[in-house]
Amino acid sequence: MSARKSGETQPDDASSVPVLQPVKIHKSAEDNDKKSANKRLKDAEVCVPIVYGTIAFYLGRKASESQSHKWTVYVRGATNEDLGVVIKRVVFQLHPSFNNPTRVLESAPFELTECGWGEFEIGISLFFHSEICDKQVDLFHHLKLYPEDESGPQSTKKPVVVESYNEIVFPDPSEALLARVQNHPSLVLPRLPAGFTLPSPVTTENPNEKERGDTKDHPLTQWFMNFSEADELLKLAAARQQVQIHIVKLKRQLSVMDGLPQLSKPPSGYE
Amino acid sequence: MDAKDILGLPKTAIPIPQEKKSRSQKDSQRKPDGISREVYALTGGMPPLMPTIDSSQLKKRPPVDEKITWQWLPFTNSARKDNLQLYHWVRVVNGVPPTGDYSFAKYNKSIDIVQYTDEEYAKHLADPSWTKEETDRLFELCKQFDLRFIVIADRFPSSRTVEELKNRYYSVSRSILMARATSPGDVTGNPLVKETYNVSQEKERKRALSMVLSQTKQQERKDAEILADAKRISESRVAARGAEESELPVASSAGHDNADRADVPGDTVSPSLNVQLPSAAVAPSTLMADNAATIASLRMLRVYLRTYALDQMIQAASSSAGLRTIKRVEQTLQDLGVNLKPRVPTKAVCAEHLELRKEILTLLNLQKQLQYKEAEGSSFRDHPYETPGTPKDRMFVPDSMSFGGERVGKRDQKRKAPGRISEAPSSPAQSKRPRKLKASDL
Repeated sequence: MSARKSGETQPDDASSVPVLQPVKIHKSAEDNDKKSANKRLKDAEVCVPIVYGTIAFYLGRKASESQSHKWTVYVRGATNEDLGVVIKRVVFQLHPSFNNPTRVLESAPFELTECGWGEFEIGISLFFHSEICDKQVDLFHHLKLYPEDESGPQSTKKPVVVESYNEIVFPDPSEALLARVQNHPSLVLPRLPAGFTLPSPVTTENPNEKERGDTKDHPLTQWFMNFSEADELLKLAAARQQVQIHIVKLKRQLSVMDGLPQLSKPPSGYE
Repeated sequence: MDAKDILGLPKTAIPIPQEKKSRSQKDSQRKPDGISREVYALTGGMPPLMPTIDSSQLKKRPPVDEKITWQWLPFTNSARKDNLQLYHWVRVVNGVPPTGDYSFAKYNKSIDIVQYTDEEYAKHLADPSWTKEETDRLFELCKQFDLRFIVIADRFPSSRTVEELKNRYYSVSRSILMARATSPGDVTGNPLVKETYNVSQEKERKRALSMVLSQTKQQERKDAEILADAKRISESRVAARGAEESELPVASSAGHDNADRADVPGDTVSPSLNVQLPSAAVAPSTLMADNAATIASLRMLRVYLRTYALDQMIQAASSSAGLRTIKRVEQTLQDLGVNLKPRVPTKAVCAEHLELRKEILTLLNLQKQLQYKEAEGSSFRDHPYETPGTPKDRMFVPDSMSFGGERVGKRDQKRKAPGRISEAPSSPAQSKRPRKLKASDL
């Protein structure tokens, strides 16, 4: 799985050399003001929008009985930003019939390609950098290889894509967390209150290294789905409007009913 | 099948100690062998209706030294008086046929019916409304038909009701019993003496029963309606009293909240609504409290998924609602074309989604109120035959109009439903419950 990357050093890998420096800087900042490092920003949250899912290609003529599809499972930033800033490690739990079914990815992009013939549920565990959060988050994704409409033979060009949008929420974020993520483009950060100063930003990555973590130039980018919040909000607003109209109607009916038994005059405000 | 079976784990020591423990605690409720724990649990500790046979018993091999043959042998039945000899197949073990009486003879039960002599009749049993011939005939039939009084009444030469026959039989039996007893204390425990047959009560019981059975559906519905109304009124009185005592500020503030949210012209009656139906008004306030608790518990987590938070909030918001209401909320969401779980669950989307669910709950509450009101109004006006159809009619028509204009099929279905109900009253003969029992049969 990570064979092609094992040689490369990753900025976020705690065990690799380049990381030592920023951590040191960070620690010195902590020494200067220990309280501020543990201080938490109340009633705020840091929100990391992620998308996880699978893309599966049918192998066509190359398909064998046990390997009919080539699929990729991944966790990416919702706008294809590098998640390595927040996520330290991703563990994919595959079906026990795979060799080494527990696959650990220590660096972004967090993705894994395999060949197989069957659909199953992939367990995805996200681990964060220690100063961000020591708890993990578990996701589950059902690997889908075969399209819904089974009309005709499956195309080798068009993959089966299933993606889910979700958000990792860190409530009451610590300063250490804020410092780490403050310059990240895709994260939803709270506005800092006055008098709340962050330790010097942890500038770990140089631009070249950063390129590797994100999925903007990913070969599968064309198949990534769009998740539009605006569409969703529009739909909900329309639904709410309908319900509200309905509520008003019912209230009117009720008021008419109320008027009847006492034979009082109905309020003149309507109809 | 339990969790262990599903997981493919061996059934090891864990369940056994538990079983032993429960055995020592309640020996009387011990599970019989040969029946699975789950099935036994369904009986609620009651003994099973059918005897269960231990499956190990079925597989047991017979002892080797036993030689079993089946033979066609003659037998006599002690229950018969005619000594008729019939044949049947018998299990013969080692050449020895079974001894003893025919095994089914014991089922030939007969009832011990009191016999009286002529002197006894003259002395104790004379009754102006019964002749001796009639009484003799009655006892004859009682013996012949084993006290099946409905059959006896059918065969009885003169026309007597079942109650009359029963009364005569039991009073005669009682008189004889008491006359023959050496002291009155001897027979006080006898059921004939202890619980005498009460003719008038029996007649009243049958009259009431036949009345209930011959009730029409409309009458039944009306009764249920009145009972529901009465229950609701008493409940609202209790709630109102409770509100007065604590001067509940929550209810009133929640009421304003309701009115504010729906600020639309023409909405002038909501205050009166809230006063009349306190339960509906209180609901939103508890809902807010639940929300706050959920948010607080979420904050305790250092990290969570947005969808997890949404699930928790939905659960908290619908905790006061029943399962059926939750189902209806989800059905309404689907009718509105909204995903039950948002596709892009951002913070704003989740908040909107929650608001929508709350509004749907309010809507359903209002629908319920309207139904109550209509039922109430109808009982005031005393038009029992028109009411059942109307609430549904008014509820569903606007429903389908505004929610699913494109869903023509559904609307048609909904229109049909009330129609069927309103048809029912027009054919009272059909809706009348079929009387399976005659009054005399009871």
